[in-house]
Amino acid sequence: MPKLTIIAAVNNAIATAMRNDPRVVVFGEDVGKKGGVFGATDKIQAEFGEARCFDTPLSEDGIVGTAIGMALNGLRPIAEIQFQDFIYPAFDQIVSELAKMRYRSGGQYACPVVVRTPYGGGIRGGLYHSQSAEAYFTHTPGLVTVIPSTPYDTKGLLLSALQGEDPVIFFEPKRIYRDPALAEEVPEGMYTVPIGKARLAREGSHISVFCYGAMVPVCLQAAEQAEAKGISLEVLDLRTLCPLDEAAVLASVRKTGRAIVVHEAPKFCGYGAEISALIAEEAVDSLEAPIVRVAGFDTPFPNALENYYMPDARRVMDAVDRVMSF
Amino acid sequence: MTTSAEIAQNPLLAPFLPPPASDEECLRFYRDMVRTRTYDRQMIVLQRQGKIGFTIPCEGEEACHIGAASTFRPEIDWLFPSYRQQGMALHLGVPVEDLVHQMFNNEKDAGSRGRQMPVHFSFVKPARWVSISSPLGTQIPHAVGCARAMQMKGEKGAALVCFGDGSTSTSGFHSGLTFAGVWKAPVVFLCDNNGWAISVPTHKQTASASFAVKGRAYGVPGVVVDGNDVLAVRDAVGAALERARQGGGPTLIEAVTYRIGGHSSSDDPRRYRPEGEVLQWQQRDPLARFETLLGERGLLNSSMKKDLEDRARDEVLAAVDAAAPLPPPPLDSIFEDVLAQQTPRLVRQRAELRSELERHGRSTSADGAFPL
Ligand SMILES: Cc1ncc(C[n+]2csc(CCOP(=O)(O)OP(=O)(O)O)c2C)c(N)n1
Ligand SMILES: [Mg+2]
Repeated sequence: MPKLTIIAAVNNAIATAMRNDPRVVVFGEDVGKKGGVFGATDKIQAEFGEARCFDTPLSEDGIVGTAIGMALNGLRPIAEIQFQDFIYPAFDQIVSELAKMRYRSGGQYACPVVVRTPYGGGIRGGLYHSQSAEAYFTHTPGLVTVIPSTPYDTKGLLLSALQGEDPVIFFEPKRIYRDPALAEEVPEGMYTVPIGKARLAREGSHISVFCYGAMVPVCLQAAEQAEAKGISLEVLDLRTLCPLDEAAVLASVRKTGRAIVVHEAPKFCGYGAEISALIAEEAVDSLEAPIVRVAGFDTPFPNALENYYMPDARRVMDAVDRVMSF
Repeated sequence: MTTSAEIAQNPLLAPFLPPPASDEECLRFYRDMVRTRTYDRQMIVLQRQGKIGFTIPCEGEEACHIGAASTFRPEIDWLFPSYRQQGMALHLGVPVEDLVHQMFNNEKDAGSRGRQMPVHFSFVKPARWVSISSPLGTQIPHAVGCARAMQMKGEKGAALVCFGDGSTSTSGFHSGLTFAGVWKAPVVFLCDNNGWAISVPTHKQTASASFAVKGRAYGVPGVVVDGNDVLAVRDAVGAALERARQGGGPTLIEAVTYRIGGHSSSDDPRRYRPEGEVLQWQQRDPLARFETLLGERGLLNSSMKKDLEDRARDEVLAAVDAAAPLPPPPLDSIFEDVLAQQTPRLVRQRAELRSELERHGRSTSADGAFPL
């Protein structure tokens, strides 16, 4: 089995899906000859031809809108949005159309579209190349929202998304796209990782840390530091934000009695609020300390000072200290 | 491609043509084209040296910028640029140093306070250069709304909005032209058609015979101009701006030019376009062409050229020396300018960050490199 980075796993998943299913097509800005600005579709056009991997005009609403039409007529489109920050022109198509087609047609029509998009900071991208806007999408009933954090899960979840019947917004953690430390062996052919299931990234007993995407390695790093201080963190990689694996969240917090939620999006109304509310509603009796959220500040994403904006292991450790000293 | 002579024949623009450029003006245009190229190349060097994170080169497109800026009237007009018009800033009198401060995202980056990526300038003086946004096409309706406000307030100016060929596919282009046509707003749409939107060539961007012709359906006249001829761009944009100021309504101008470099410092254009195409366009280099013209008119010789180049280089290097050592904006700036009044919540978050740093010292450094 080859060792792949996350971006290589995306590329491999697309190629695998296209080899196995003639209905799969991939398109967006610069995905053709250039192979995508991050290389997600590198060599895909060369292997599968321009009919199945093509550049579009510069219109995100056009990309998602036409993907919906293709899906209605039996294709399995992968629509690439070059940066998550540029998804908003397609917001209407996603929220009003993609998410509601099944419901509004009484189940007569469905749109199994996969919208892939790199998200998150840490690449010196400033306000418009760093956003982490998952909460806009998880707030919309009718969408599946996935954020992988490992190469194995990236491929398996993307292949699951392409086999399912639902629209999937697939956020890819671009900051760790090429992280060699995360490269791992990934099976060559078809396999799937189930949507809607969290992954226990590290077992622990004192605090449950809930995270996803680029924050998973950050939390694992914090877990190492905590262990050196005799504190055992359980790290749950949520993987699918919606539908959320509520059972896994609650089981973990019932075991540890403490919860920290970590994401890089602004804290206010961020995804962490939902996890916190779930725990408060369903498992408050098992809590031994307040739930703490570690998140981005409630500001747009800065550029020169992005290191101070992004949660890091030290900030997670501050939360650990707070929770343990309660 | 439409030249100055042809624009002079264009019944729409002819009545509004600026007077022919004087020798002195021509030399100033040339000087600023040289300054632009020098600045631009130096930014690439800095990026390659790892001193700045990113840049967007404009080599090959200088004539569009200088030609257009030369007829802009900062006292009354408004500018809504995109990210490839550095030359316009220089010609409008923005000090090179102010550009370089933004490129370094340092404490003197007044127009983004270290928040925006390099090249995303914002100025109020010497011209109303409205803050550049990365999301493409968004500025097009802004210019139209600003123009509408000028109409309503009885102001005499016009709005000039710049965007690329790719950006004509955005909904911002469509709504901007739709509204401008209906309102007869005093706005000039300047589309720099440089052949490419990153790796997507114009024939994959539109099936239309030109970008200029798109205006017709919106009731906005369209004009194609040779974007590598500084005087032709000046005539076309100058006449369109004056037509707008005098109540004649909007114009769409397509300046045909070419992006000699990559899309940005992170792009390798050899992956998707033939080298021959670049060489072909280098034959039409806007600086070389203007040099020939000025030489023929006896306005420029090789020692004057060298002198201008040396001075431009000194100017840029001095600006880099001034900007490079400066620290980033203060930490508190993260929490400022979100709303007019800082919320108590942000005051609290600011305090949290301060105390975190008191306990831990500096934050870990970023690891990523910008890929696009
Ligand atoms: C809405 C949006 N989608 C995608 C991008 C990413 N992107 C940045 S520049 C660019 C190409 C722009 O081409 P064009 O409008 O021709 O301008 P040029 O860069 O050639 O000057 C793309 C796709 C973006 N900035 N905004
Ligand atoms: Mg272009």
